[in-house]
Amino acid sequence: MEEKSLYQPYLMRIAANIDETPDVKTFRLEFVKEDEGKSFSFKAGQFGEYSVFGEGESTFCIASSPTRSGYIECTFRKMGRVTKSLASREVGDIIGFRGPYGNIFPLDDWKGKSLLFVTGGIALPPLRCVIWNALDLRNNFKDITVVYGARTVRDLVYKHELEEWGKRGDVKLITTVDPGGETVEWKGEVGFVPTVLEKASPSSADTVALLCGPPIMIKLTLPILTKLGFSQDKIFTTLENRMKCGIGKCGRCNVGKYFVCKDGPVFTFAQVSQLPPEY
Amino acid sequence: MADKKIIRKSSLGELFKKIRSDGKRILAPVDRGGKILFEYVDSPGSIAPDYIQTTLSAKDTLLPRCEEMLRFRTEQKSVYLEESLNRPEPTLIFGVRPCDARSIAVLNAVYLINYTDDIYRQKIDTTTIVGVSCAKCDEYCFCTSVGGSPGDTAGSDMLLTQMDNDIYLAEILTDKGKAIAALAPELFAEGGDVDKNKHCADVPVRFDVKDLSKRLPGVFEDPVWIAQSLRCIGCGTCSYVCPACTCFDIQDETDGNRGVRLRCWDSCGFAQFTLHTSGHNPREVQSQRWRQRIMHKFSYQPDQLDVIGCVGCGRCSRTCPVDMNILQHITDILEVH
Ligand SMILES: Cc1cc2nc3c(=O)[nH]c(=O)nc-3n(C[C@H](O)[C@H](O)[C@H](O)COP(=O)(O)OP(=O)(O)OC[C@H]3O[C@@H](n4cnc5c(N)ncnc54)[C@H](O)[C@@H]3O)c2cc1C
Ligand code: SF4
Ligand code: SF4
Ligand code: FES
Repeated sequence: MEEKSLYQPYLMRIAANIDETPDVKTFRLEFVKEDEGKSFSFKAGQFGEYSVFGEGESTFCIASSPTRSGYIECTFRKMGRVTKSLASREVGDIIGFRGPYGNIFPLDDWKGKSLLFVTGGIALPPLRCVIWNALDLRNNFKDITVVYGARTVRDLVYKHELEEWGKRGDVKLITTVDPGGETVEWKGEVGFVPTVLEKASPSSADTVALLCGPPIMIKLTLPILTKLGFSQDKIFTTLENRMKCGIGKCGRCNVGKYFVCKDGPVFTFAQVSQLPPEY
Repeated sequence: MADKKIIRKSSLGELFKKIRSDGKRILAPVDRGGKILFEYVDSPGSIAPDYIQTTLSAKDTLLPRCEEMLRFRTEQKSVYLEESLNRPEPTLIFGVRPCDARSIAVLNAVYLINYTDDIYRQKIDTTTIVGVSCAKCDEYCFCTSVGGSPGDTAGSDMLLTQMDNDIYLAEILTDKGKAIAALAPELFAEGGDVDKNKHCADVPVRFDVKDLSKRLPGVFEDPVWIAQSLRCIGCGTCSYVCPACTCFDIQDETDGNRGVRLRCWDSCGFAQFTLHTSGHNPREVQSQRWRQRIMHKFSYQPDQLDVIGCVGCGRCSRTCPVDMNILQHITDILEVH
């Protein structure tokens, strides 16, 4: 078999197509060539370039867990040219994927620790990968807590999985929607993520926090985590900068001397605080 | 140690013939209405007789302005990847100035370190560089400030230095250079044990590049960038003429059910370069983009890839429509305390 060119994507067949919210979708993708699927592996935190042939490429994290092999999943919001075109694809259609790229969440280093996930809106996908990864290796970790918020009930992604996690005895799930975003049936919290987190006040003892969300949420949540006793090197996040190549060549995703694609996307806030404000 | 020989200017015609029959295309500087551009030639007669520097570098042989990354065909639900037509042809580039030859180290660092870019690799593997030392320079040249010199051998497979009207010193530097000399050994005579420096231009050292690299992180927030870039119109010319700029964009183009994915030169001077689809832009204003250009070349690349992303060719300053001058700006930056 000829060596695959660096920019040549795997051909992937859409095996499942889930509408998460009116403008967010999840695709399950299977490798068209079985042998490529067999040799493919990745780790939690990595991302890839997904493409519609003729429209271009877009960057999304791999939202499924590396413990589930044979397929990958991505969850994306309809934004511009590529994502709009992707959203109109159906089960059975072929799209491109190249990856996995980027660094990882160091799950191996977290054995024996508790994990706290704090996230909002469409930032759950990168953490969903870690959550399932940790749940599939449940004995490796102590407490697992997930605090997840969205503007309205409609905007929560992975609704079925949230229900499933809520029922499990080994995950503490707190969901919340912004005031005014609730429905009559809503049983979760009402309030912004930082407020809800403060109220829940999870322990920071032997705990790693993973924080992904819109900039404003991150800004308001960091002081709360600090108050709870998390030092900046115990809080992990992912950065998103516009990307093209995904491998440190095209030159656009840098924050100071680091390329988010190659040296990230996973950073601790101790690292982020050393970076110039270019993200 | 380089093998040093001499070759007569009048023998170049014979050498070019041998190179052509060896199956290589020859690119050489040709005068097009005062612009000195690399074009395909068969004989040295077409080469521009006198010039300080080529208007554009030969970079686009190794990294074309727009090149095919892959080729595909769609049929209903299926997609087929087709064989790419982007296959390099063996090429010899004649008359590359030492600064431009030096820039290949920057391209190599970006494209071959970490992930090997096979599209670039094939091009560099099939390209031979015959440099020609500079006998003249202008006020924009500053190769000696960034590690080069008018007779620098770095990046060339063979370097020619004109000793007098009819004699070139030929330094045979690499296996590719040896292969060229081996095509016509009779043209390369003994007598190369000469001092070439007196035939090379005298380019004064204008700044200490190590000092610059060391200081740049400390001036990141300095207003100097705003003062410098107020007149920059973000046209990207400086990147397009730069032999050491490597950034690109990826775009698909289709014709019916067939298409190609292309990579095209891009520039950190464009607002679009870093613009997120959400509308957020980490480098929102031109001063941040100008800073990126300088930081990338003189701080990030030395730190991360051990190369200086500038070879001092001066093209950006020569061609900028609003007379931004990189040398002047570096001098200003070094004066920030
Ligand atoms: C590491 C990483 C992980 C991401 N994960 C997800 C995810 O899981 N789900 C999701 O919905 N979105 C994710 N994004 C954001 C997503 O990449 C952009 O929303 C998307 O590329 C927009 O593409 P478009 O073609 O629809 O928009 P257009 O504006 O038409 O895009 C033009 C081009 O710009 C690039 N681009 C524009 N904005 C961004 C951006 N913020 N990041 C990267 N490239 C961009 C794309 O390459 C695209 O080709 C992620 C971004 C990064 C960097
Ligand atoms: S050529 Fe001059 S005006 Fe154009 S982007 Fe470069 S510095 Fe700015
Ligand atoms: S930055 Fe300017 S002087 Fe330096 S190599 Fe590029 S074009 Fe030449
Ligand atoms: S996406 Fe190209 S350098 Fe990071």
